[in-house]
Amino acid sequence: MSVQAAASPPRRKQKTLQKREERDFWFAIMPWFLGLFLFTGGPVLASLVFSFTDWTGLNFSEFIGFRHYRDLLTDDFVFWETVYNTFYYTFGSVLLGTIGALFVALLLNQRMPGTYVLRLIYYLPSIASGVAISILWIWLFNPTVGLVNFLLVKLLPIESGPAWLASQTWSKPALILKSTWGIGANMIIILAGLQGIPVSLYEAAKIDGASVFKEFRHVTIPMLSPVLFFVIVISTINAFQILTDVLVMTQGGPGTSTYMLVYYIYQNAFIYLKMGYASALAWILFTLIMLLTLLQLWGSRRWVYYEGEAKG
Amino acid sequence: MTQAQDIMGRDPMVSGSQIQWWRRKSHRRYINMAIIYLLVLPGAVIFLMPLLWMLSTSLKESKQIFANPPIWIPNPVVWSNFSDGWSAYLPFNTLLVNSTLITLNNIVGNLFSCCLAAFGFARLRARGRSILFGLVLATMLLPNEVLIIPQYVLFTRITQFLKPWWEFYTPNGILWMRYLSWLPLMVPPWFGFPFFIFLLRQFFLTIPLDLDEAARLDGASSWRILVQILIPLTKPALATVIIFAFIGNWNNFLMPLIYIRAQKEQVLAVGLNQFRGQFGHVDFHYMMAVSLIVLAPVLVVFLLGQRLFVQGIALTGIKG
Repeated sequence: MSVQAAASPPRRKQKTLQKREERDFWFAIMPWFLGLFLFTGGPVLASLVFSFTDWTGLNFSEFIGFRHYRDLLTDDFVFWETVYNTFYYTFGSVLLGTIGALFVALLLNQRMPGTYVLRLIYYLPSIASGVAISILWIWLFNPTVGLVNFLLVKLLPIESGPAWLASQTWSKPALILKSTWGIGANMIIILAGLQGIPVSLYEAAKIDGASVFKEFRHVTIPMLSPVLFFVIVISTINAFQILTDVLVMTQGGPGTSTYMLVYYIYQNAFIYLKMGYASALAWILFTLIMLLTLLQLWGSRRWVYYEGEAKG
Repeated sequence: MTQAQDIMGRDPMVSGSQIQWWRRKSHRRYINMAIIYLLVLPGAVIFLMPLLWMLSTSLKESKQIFANPPIWIPNPVVWSNFSDGWSAYLPFNTLLVNSTLITLNNIVGNLFSCCLAAFGFARLRARGRSILFGLVLATMLLPNEVLIIPQYVLFTRITQFLKPWWEFYTPNGILWMRYLSWLPLMVPPWFGFPFFIFLLRQFFLTIPLDLDEAARLDGASSWRILVQILIPLTKPALATVIIFAFIGNWNNFLMPLIYIRAQKEQVLAVGLNQFRGQFGHVDFHYMMAVSLIVLAPVLVVFLLGQRLFVQGIALTGIKG
């Protein structure tokens, strides 16, 4: 009897505690939850609706069905140019960025005097982003007195460097080169991955008489593959959305050589005020990013090794 | 997290029985080290060069800017480039104040909303919690461009609607929100930012749940647990969020570009680009000087918080 009396109040208390916890949970996430509807969910739906209308942002207009999508895919040659440019840039910057970051991370994974400072130096540029840095690179890419061309002429057997941002051929490589300067964040992620590889694996490889390259091929790469995969996916998504550099450094030019998808969206929406058309573009961009990510996910089964997974 | 912490740490990372080559005192060690330095040092020099060139250009006389071969050490050193460039063409002082106000507001807003949400997702048990957290992750993957156009339409409508009231009731703006055109930049941060919610939740999860439960038994409310137990224990995480939020907002270019029209309401990033648009092909010394001033707070924050940065990036990278 006395046992029961002692046991029941705590149980009731437990119940109210649980209820209170649940109530607090909703209070805690309420700002985010409201924002989800106001600034994310609502706009996503609105954007989808816009893409089926001829809206300019001023007055409502009729539904025109899939006309924007059809025009984009069949009529708009600038659109295909932007798709080509965006893929060109993404491929280049992800390839160079990942290989470069991996290379530097492997070298700086050693304990030697000065590695801390060296890591900081390699990491610093990835933080220093924004308009100021884009302006700096305009100056560096100056065809006649820019530092880049000066170094190229010094180091390579050429008379004069390319015109970079003033040339249709070299403007995209210039943007890729600039993005490669910011490999530091990827380097840090890869370093973290490298340090997660158990030393015992290297010891085992050494006992088996593996060379440095065999060790790299059969221990480092497989163990690092999830991290590399992550880096590639995230860099692809980021590269696909390049905008500030285009806005500040090239404005799409020369010609249409640096028209990128997001820049084209920006132009249609805020310069030409073709909100409907721009929304359709945004959805095509979204679809492309999703497809690319799914493709990478599908491809990853061939080369990414997860330790937790049982391998038949 | 422990993994993430010693990435940049100086303490020896391997304490195995086998002595690594870099600890062995042998010729082999020195040869290896020399090879690595030989590969890494030139790269480091190249990586530092742009910023050094920026500094060098910003201190030059206009005659020396276009010199070929380039001059690294300016002679004479023209410190006045900074003050001249800053005051020459645009009201940069006003822009600095604007940038600072907006950035500070957004940091505080982000901290408030993201701490609360992360606390909910990490510590408070409720039905539907994991589904809602799935939504946080899903919105993280949504590209900004899909949202920008409808948000623009929404915010321009709201600001048009508010305009008469705003000017009537708030001659100088409500507190730090001086201008109506800042609303679209300053309001959303108070409603959470998925990446920070994710980051803070990961940190909260590393703190033993026993602490919460002990406090709860002593009658502490959820809010007290958050403020008096969790927040003091996650100072590094909060600092990481502050740093990321600072840099993201300070560098934000697109939002002010599309929302702010009046010059006196504009922020530094956009002002800098206007400066480039007008004078960008001649006055490289002024441009580099002003760019350096705009970049300076970011560099200072980076050097002060380097370790936290690395932790944050490594944490999201590995656990993501």
